[in-house]
Amino acid sequence: VLRSRPSCGGAARQSAATSPLRAAPGLSLSLTCAPFQGKLTARERILLLLDPDSFDEYDMFVEHRCSDFGMDSSKNKYPGDSVVTGRGRINGRLAYVFSQVYKHNILWEEAVHFETRTGKINLSQTLFLVRVAVVGKVMDQAAMVGAPVIGLNDSGGARIQEGVESLAGYADIFLRNVLCSGLVPQISLIMGPCAGGAVYSPALTDFTFMVKDTSYLFITGPDVVKSVTNEDVTQEQLGGAKTHTAVSGVAHRAFENDIDALLNLREFFNYLPLSNRDPAPVCECHDPSDRLVPELDTVVPMESTKAYDMLDIIRSIVDEREFFEIMPSYARNIVVGFARMNGRTVGIVGNQPKVASGCLDINSSVKGARFVRFCDAFNIPLITFVDVPGFLPGTAQEYGGIIRHGAKLLFAFAEATVPKITVITRKAYGGAYDVMSSKHLRGDANYAWPTAEVAVMGAKGAVQIIFRGKETDAEAEYVDKFANPFPAAMRGFVDDIIQPSTTRMRICHDLDVLASKSQTNPWKKHANIPL
Amino acid sequence: MELLLSFLMENFCLGYEADCLLTACYPLLQCSYHASKMYLQHQVQWTVKSDEFHMPTKSLLFFSLQTFEKLLIANRGEIACRVIKTCKKMGIKTVAIHSDVDANAVHVKMADEAVCVGPAPTSKSYLNMDAIMEVIKKTRAQAVHPGYGFLSENKEFARRLAAEGVTFIGPDTHAIQAMGDKIESKLLAKNAKVNTIPGFDGVVKDADEAVRIAREIGYPVMIKASAGGGGKGMRIAWDDEETREGFRFSSQEAASSFGDDRLLIEKFIDNPRHIEIQVLADKHGNALWLNERECSIQRRNQKVVEEAPSTFLDSETRRAMGEQAVALAKAVKYSSAGTVEFLVDSSKNFYFLEMNTRLQVEHPVTECITGLDLVQEMIRVAKGYPLRHKQADIPINGWAVECRVYAEDPYKSFGLPSIGKLSQYQEPLHVPSVRVDSGIEQGSDISIYYDPMISKLITYGSNRAEALRRMEEALDNYVIRGVTHNISLLREVIIHPRFVQGDISTKFLPEVYPDGFKGHQLTDHERRELLATAACLYVAEQLRSQRFLGTPRIPIAKSKRNSWELSVHLGDGIYPVAVSKDGSSFSVEVDGMKLNVTSEWNLALPLLSVTIDGTQRTVQRLSRDASGKTSIQFLGTVYKLQVLTKAAAELSKYMPEKAAEDTSSILRSPMPGAVVAVSVKPGDMVSEGQEICVIEAMKMQNSMIAAKTGKVKAVHCKAGDTVGEGDLLVELE
Repeated sequence: VLRSRPSCGGAARQSAATSPLRAAPGLSLSLTCAPFQGKLTARERILLLLDPDSFDEYDMFVEHRCSDFGMDSSKNKYPGDSVVTGRGRINGRLAYVFSQVYKHNILWEEAVHFETRTGKINLSQTLFLVRVAVVGKVMDQAAMVGAPVIGLNDSGGARIQEGVESLAGYADIFLRNVLCSGLVPQISLIMGPCAGGAVYSPALTDFTFMVKDTSYLFITGPDVVKSVTNEDVTQEQLGGAKTHTAVSGVAHRAFENDIDALLNLREFFNYLPLSNRDPAPVCECHDPSDRLVPELDTVVPMESTKAYDMLDIIRSIVDEREFFEIMPSYARNIVVGFARMNGRTVGIVGNQPKVASGCLDINSSVKGARFVRFCDAFNIPLITFVDVPGFLPGTAQEYGGIIRHGAKLLFAFAEATVPKITVITRKAYGGAYDVMSSKHLRGDANYAWPTAEVAVMGAKGAVQIIFRGKETDAEAEYVDKFANPFPAAMRGFVDDIIQPSTTRMRICHDLDVLASKSQTNPWKKHANIPL
Repeated sequence: MELLLSFLMENFCLGYEADCLLTACYPLLQCSYHASKMYLQHQVQWTVKSDEFHMPTKSLLFFSLQTFEKLLIANRGEIACRVIKTCKKMGIKTVAIHSDVDANAVHVKMADEAVCVGPAPTSKSYLNMDAIMEVIKKTRAQAVHPGYGFLSENKEFARRLAAEGVTFIGPDTHAIQAMGDKIESKLLAKNAKVNTIPGFDGVVKDADEAVRIAREIGYPVMIKASAGGGGKGMRIAWDDEETREGFRFSSQEAASSFGDDRLLIEKFIDNPRHIEIQVLADKHGNALWLNERECSIQRRNQKVVEEAPSTFLDSETRRAMGEQAVALAKAVKYSSAGTVEFLVDSSKNFYFLEMNTRLQVEHPVTECITGLDLVQEMIRVAKGYPLRHKQADIPINGWAVECRVYAEDPYKSFGLPSIGKLSQYQEPLHVPSVRVDSGIEQGSDISIYYDPMISKLITYGSNRAEALRRMEEALDNYVIRGVTHNISLLREVIIHPRFVQGDISTKFLPEVYPDGFKGHQLTDHERRELLATAACLYVAEQLRSQRFLGTPRIPIAKSKRNSWELSVHLGDGIYPVAVSKDGSSFSVEVDGMKLNVTSEWNLALPLLSVTIDGTQRTVQRLSRDASGKTSIQFLGTVYKLQVLTKAAAELSKYMPEKAAEDTSSILRSPMPGAVVAVSVKPGDMVSEGQEICVIEAMKMQNSMIAAKTGKVKAVHCKAGDTVGEGDLLVELE
């Protein structure tokens, strides 16, 4: 499994990776060396993430102060201890970065010995320090200047030898994460095992991305799980990328490997404003804003029970079909992500009729709510595509607290003051209609396609309830009366019924006008979202 | 003439498909356009060089003739659209029929009226005679055009129409029946003195008799089992010795395979071409031959590329074939358009194969070189008008080539069907002298229920080289996204030296690609062009991602960079590519060679025009992602590349190799379709090569076999399921 890397990385790798990073005198080789196959070193990661020659490193000369258990021996001390921090540019725009160095303080030879002796790779729980002050400094400055913080996390947890000092250190970071929240975007990229306290910092940031097969996030590792609950579980099952992107919803997306992840992060960064003081960025756009999308006229199937892919609609409307989806494998009945309209970043929320008919349930409500709040915090206009048959019924949902969780999405949309544009493509039933950025929640432009059905519920169910127990053919009448956008349009609940092929044009025009929208909520310390 | 012009004006003013009609280079309009150019110039912004088409002026007369008021098209897709176009031209109202999934289809939108005749499966909709008869009654259509396929050669349908007094646009029942029967048609052909494949009609008794008959027929001969099929009991003999041997083996094989050792002998046509003659006959005993179509490029007996005329025929052979075809048509009192198919051997001997009593898929190439609108002629003839042309009026003007563009994967046995939604679709109508017959548009679904043909792409030129050059350009400029298509195969065929020389036969594809089609094989020079294009696209994208509009609070650090060291992965190779920006063009160094690349670099356009060292190429970037992966359609074939900076490329060797899925223990559907049968259940032992299940897609049944011997772990499908491409069917342990 282990790749032999003689003299820790080899000359070729050193010259490729460290030379542009202005290696300081005495910089240890071990800083450029991650011991496991399939991972890059802290500096190599920064090299790929930032524009060439744009990295200004901080605190390269700081060492850890731990002297117990032989940690003071010169062999275990390196300048720039365990984390590389600084600022740099991504496509010319400022970003603050910290990149943790995993297992830096064990020489390569030692690590190999250790593993051969014990017969397994389990170095994760001990020996590692997160140099809090160094990271804290970067975050403080990011908050002051107003630029995003990107953390490249690869940390085994607290350095047990450091005792309570390291716990205090964690809390310092947590506090800063919280204070930065909503001020500057914070992104965590998990690039190795992160256990114990180390996992809460990513959890507090806006986005958590993972690397498949090489990164893990868990409170306690498989060994502790085994000893406490007698449960046999692998690292991958417990906290691998698949678990967190598809099951727990802790991570927002996973990438193939370190390089893929860092390059995607660069692309993702371009969607974000630098801080809550900046408007959503506008890129040069080659896709005409008045482009008609003829295929949308036929995308919604004739039968209202038949599914279609909301992603088809989203991709054909946004610039150059580029859509950066957030949480693509979790709660797939709602689609959220970033795209551009005429160059301007927008946040897109859409019900996905292909999965569970696009209904709202606990997971999709929470997923949607968090995304909406991010967009609102950072001035990113929201475009909502509605095809929702309602909230998912049943004991599982009710016991799980669908009322409480569904309220989060309702809260988030109602609270949002960014430009809000809504397109009802088909069903907008019941309470879910209200929730999905309806006119009543201060939607700026609410459109319906001719296929829209804005009603309290579907015709069949409604007729069964209205004429309980009686034979009736009122279903057709109900469909006639309610399964169309006119009742809503007549009351002004939708602003216009539009030809689907003109949707892109309409939205682009609206966004141009709404760019100067100014709306504030009443002053308060903070609202009390039903967490 | 005045009448015609006013008609045209009216049509153009109304915007009736003016573009489509003109672009599709329907001969008639081209001609009319030519005649009335000055009248129309102020109304039609148009660039076709009308001089390219030389049409007989007589065909203008049709406008004054009354045919039908309303016509129903009992078909779907491109052919329905094709018929509707001519009907519009002739002032006939049209009725389309459709299945429920086709409710938004193009032919439905084009027709004046449309009626749903049933659910998606063809047996319940387009073949549902009761429903169609009902629609005819309801809409009071006076005539029915059946297109091709479906009910076009169904004598029962023709009979029922006749009983209702509705005109069937096609021959009468007698001709359909006579030509529909293999034996009867061969006999009829023989009586009409049409060359048929020489053979012995009776059963051969012994080897000596076999030799005698073989000599009579002339070598090579084919000895085949009377009860045979599927190549069993079939031998080809080139001399007496082989005949004796073949007789012995074949009778043994026939006895063991079919329990019947009776043998037949017929002439073996070595390496034949498939050439067909278009005939047109009226109800007054007149018949014409409209020259030939060369349809030799086939896969699984389905035509892929057709052209007219054929490079192979001299005027004498052409006339001989034409006259025999007309003789056959007259012998069965044929009326309407029909096609007589021949096999032609390397010495230009030709043999009657069969006659198709309908409009052929490939009829446009004949229209292009003769200037006739076959659909219009069919309608006229059906109404009872005599033919307007004499044989001497039928010209061969220029050359026309047709490619059948299919939604299928040419890398799998020259084409396995693919389905999906056409997320982007743009026909190459901006290329001169291109006609596209299609029945789909952006957003259309290619479903498992119907033929996966996307369109027929026809190019026309004053000679073959010109037509082929335009075809190459048209294929490069065709945007089809969302489904897999066979553009790569079509483009390879039309540029292949053998095809260009005209050295083709029905075995062309298996001979040229014995190991299956693998896409275009890049020359070193082409590879450099592709690498340079990919690298420049990458750099253009990088540069654009640094251009933000507005004035940011924190100034953007403008990059002064104008040279990039990249590493491009293509196939198994990794190529260092250096790009430097020089104004709007890029200077690229690949393999020690310098290339100059210029383009507009509009990254949103589906077609990118790139000029590399003065050579213009139209490429399509189908996808890109943040990690530098991109797929580019270049010279028709899609290449997967990854562009990384040099630093990222050096580090990528440290990335873990992801273990590829062990494909021997899982069985995935190679194409979308329906599961017909599953022959295993979990726990069964299967041996390598054993059939596991059968998938049916479009017209084909495909047997899925086990790739190794093992125990069945799980079965994920059951008979009747609909599966997508790549869906897991069965897992082995």
